[in-house]
Amino acid sequence: MRNIGKSFPGVRALADVSLTLRSGETLALVGENGAGKSTLMKILSGALRADQGAILIDGVPVQIDSPQRAQHLGIGMIYQEFTLVPQLTAPDNIALGAEPVQGGFIDARAVRERAQRALDELGLDLPLDVAVGHLSVAEQQLVEIAKVLARSARIIVMDEPTAALSDREIEHLFTIVGRLKASGAGIVYISHRMDELPRVADRVTVLRDGRAIETREARDFPSDEIVHAMVGRRLEAHFPELAAPVGPVVLEVRRLERKPAVNDVSFSVHAGEILGLGGLIGAGRTEILRAIAGADVAQSGEIRIDGSPVRIRGPHDAIAAGIAFITEDRKAQGLVLGMNVRENVTLAHLQTFVDRDLLIDVARERSATARMIDELHIRTPGTEQLVRNLSGGTQQKVVLAKWLLGNARVFLFDEPTRGIDIGAKAEIYKIMVELAARGSAIVMVSSDLPEVLGMAHRILVIRGGRIAAEFDRRQATPDKIIAIATGAAA
Amino acid sequence: MSPGSRLGYWLRIGGAGLFLIALIVVVNVASHGTFLEPSNIVRVLRQITYNCVLGVGQTFVIITAGIDLSVGSLVALTGVVAALFANSVHLSGFALIAATLLVAVAVGSVAGWVNALPVVKLNLPPFITTLAMLEMALGASFILSHGRPVALVSTDFQNTGIGSFLPAVTNALHLPNVPIPVIWMLAIIVLASLVLNRTRFGRYVFAIGGNEEAARLAGINVARVKTMVYVISGACAAIVGFLYMALFSSGSPQTGTGDELLESIAAVVVGGTSLMGGRGSIIGTFFGALLIGVLYNAMNLLGVDSYLQKVVLGAVILLAVVLDELRKRFLIREG
Repeated sequence: MRNIGKSFPGVRALADVSLTLRSGETLALVGENGAGKSTLMKILSGALRADQGAILIDGVPVQIDSPQRAQHLGIGMIYQEFTLVPQLTAPDNIALGAEPVQGGFIDARAVRERAQRALDELGLDLPLDVAVGHLSVAEQQLVEIAKVLARSARIIVMDEPTAALSDREIEHLFTIVGRLKASGAGIVYISHRMDELPRVADRVTVLRDGRAIETREARDFPSDEIVHAMVGRRLEAHFPELAAPVGPVVLEVRRLERKPAVNDVSFSVHAGEILGLGGLIGAGRTEILRAIAGADVAQSGEIRIDGSPVRIRGPHDAIAAGIAFITEDRKAQGLVLGMNVRENVTLAHLQTFVDRDLLIDVARERSATARMIDELHIRTPGTEQLVRNLSGGTQQKVVLAKWLLGNARVFLFDEPTRGIDIGAKAEIYKIMVELAARGSAIVMVSSDLPEVLGMAHRILVIRGGRIAAEFDRRQATPDKIIAIATGAAA
Repeated sequence: MSPGSRLGYWLRIGGAGLFLIALIVVVNVASHGTFLEPSNIVRVLRQITYNCVLGVGQTFVIITAGIDLSVGSLVALTGVVAALFANSVHLSGFALIAATLLVAVAVGSVAGWVNALPVVKLNLPPFITTLAMLEMALGASFILSHGRPVALVSTDFQNTGIGSFLPAVTNALHLPNVPIPVIWMLAIIVLASLVLNRTRFGRYVFAIGGNEEAARLAGINVARVKTMVYVISGACAAIVGFLYMALFSSGSPQTGTGDELLESIAAVVVGGTSLMGGRGSIIGTFFGALLIGVLYNAMNLLGVDSYLQKVVLGAVILLAVVLDELRKRFLIREG
């Protein structure tokens, strides 16, 4: 891949990235969340098209304009989320979309033979007559690999293949990777786990902010240097001054559990404090917030607000207890896009806008919404504008307005600035600092390291659904956090 | 409000309305003015009453992105139960009418609640649960009535079914008599519009249809609201069952089991309510029902063959929703 560039509205995802994959080698692709790994691989597999650059296979430039074309060129993707049809058997899944046909009917015997051949090649023994939905996660992953192999892929991309596997299964996977290499395939191996890179990778390429920073032989690239290359020295965004928290404990979480994502999590947040939750995507950070907010109900544990325990069996209880949850995905969870600004802002506190327990007082809704529009500088033509038509940053402020309307004392922010522009980011930081100054307790999940470092008084690093480390703002560095989040350091 | 956005507003609520006005003008010219005679207008309103009331209940369900296939059978079941009840109690006059209506609405509401139960508890598709209710209610109405219409013993329902509303007033104004069921329909439209547009419940109905997860995270009791929309739909079906019973002086297991279900859905959809949920209005459903009613009436006035009428109706429904879709795209582009 040569000089690949790709932009999305408002974001430059990839800039001038070049990558070489040799036959018979494993190239590890590492980088923080949002560094551009997925985008790059989507371009290779035809799911996205590059704005610039060229892709050459065996020295010949190729146009990859669809996933079908990529398959035809021998490029196989093994996604983190499987692309299997759970109701079908392994052979049917392996043949899916390329079924051998005889006289208009699927040739069941050929389907089975082909699957058997692919599995033999991998040295695998899997049940062929069971729907893959009944297989273990590891077995499903092997089916996925067999599927790619059966299409005679020569370039195989594996996106965090070990994320869901046990140690023994990982060993097995490495053996298979070795076999694929020996057969002359080239493998791009995306991973967050530093500890496995020396075992599996021949070379390592580090991506950062959409650029390929460094490529080295794996044996000359110790994990602390990889982490350093991933984090780099970046222009710090401008964060507002954080006042020291002074108040008593507002939110206390004790031994919170919701397996498998949340394991024995305990922490407390003071009035005026912003607590950052760092870690990788999938580490369980969002799930911790969801359990506190009642979006998922915790299996065990205790949550106290201002010292008194509260029972949270659903979002309603959390809101009543003064907990506001600003979700990660505005469009899927935060907003009703087909409703206007007013209706979204008042949705969680509609009972305060009802006259005589019956009719909604729209005039009062309007004035409250207008006040919020002023206070938060929400850029909308008016209270009646559909939120669908607003920009990402403005939508995020509408979500904030919804939660600021009540008397919440605890604010849970999940990726509060993802996908919004710099200006809106700065404004949202300012709102968070003001909330803290008014005595709220804030928990913020963010995958943006400078954001966590710049906006939090204290940082908990989450790994495997547990608190892996705690840092004070002054001790925390990007290297330390990444090292713990990725397991490069314990 | 700029002129542009005012146009947008009318386009937003008036998809079926605009289409309807155009249709009325064409039909009136073609029928040499007979169409817009007051007596004919009242005739159309009387004809659409039942479809429109079913459509009102259906509108609530469809805005939550659900569907209620059981309404036709519930009309039959509630009519039969109401007739059996009226024949078995020793009441008369207003007390009899009120008690019978109450029984019908209770049966319809319970059926709606049963419809909703598997939807909210097990997340089963309402298409299936209400289809099951369609069969069960139909079977039950045949069992209860032994397959024959249950004739009303009392004549106290005649005024409700075929009487006129304040005939002295309309006569004094030289207007045609307005049938009582039409008043029922208008009252239900006003009440339902108020509930949908001005109460928390109504707002939550839209929010759940637009984004159920966002609604849940905003603390809304999604299960309760969803249950209520099916109860409302069942209750509307019961009112239609009751009115039909009063009209025919009997409760028949075959009433409501013809085109009623599909035409009620057609009225809702033609009225601009999205089957994907989150968007819709009661007034739109009224226009939708009116459009279908006007079309039938006009084709009768113009002497269109009754088999051909069905073809035309289908084509117009398709045309109306295609125009509505184009209108929406226009609105989205305009912002």
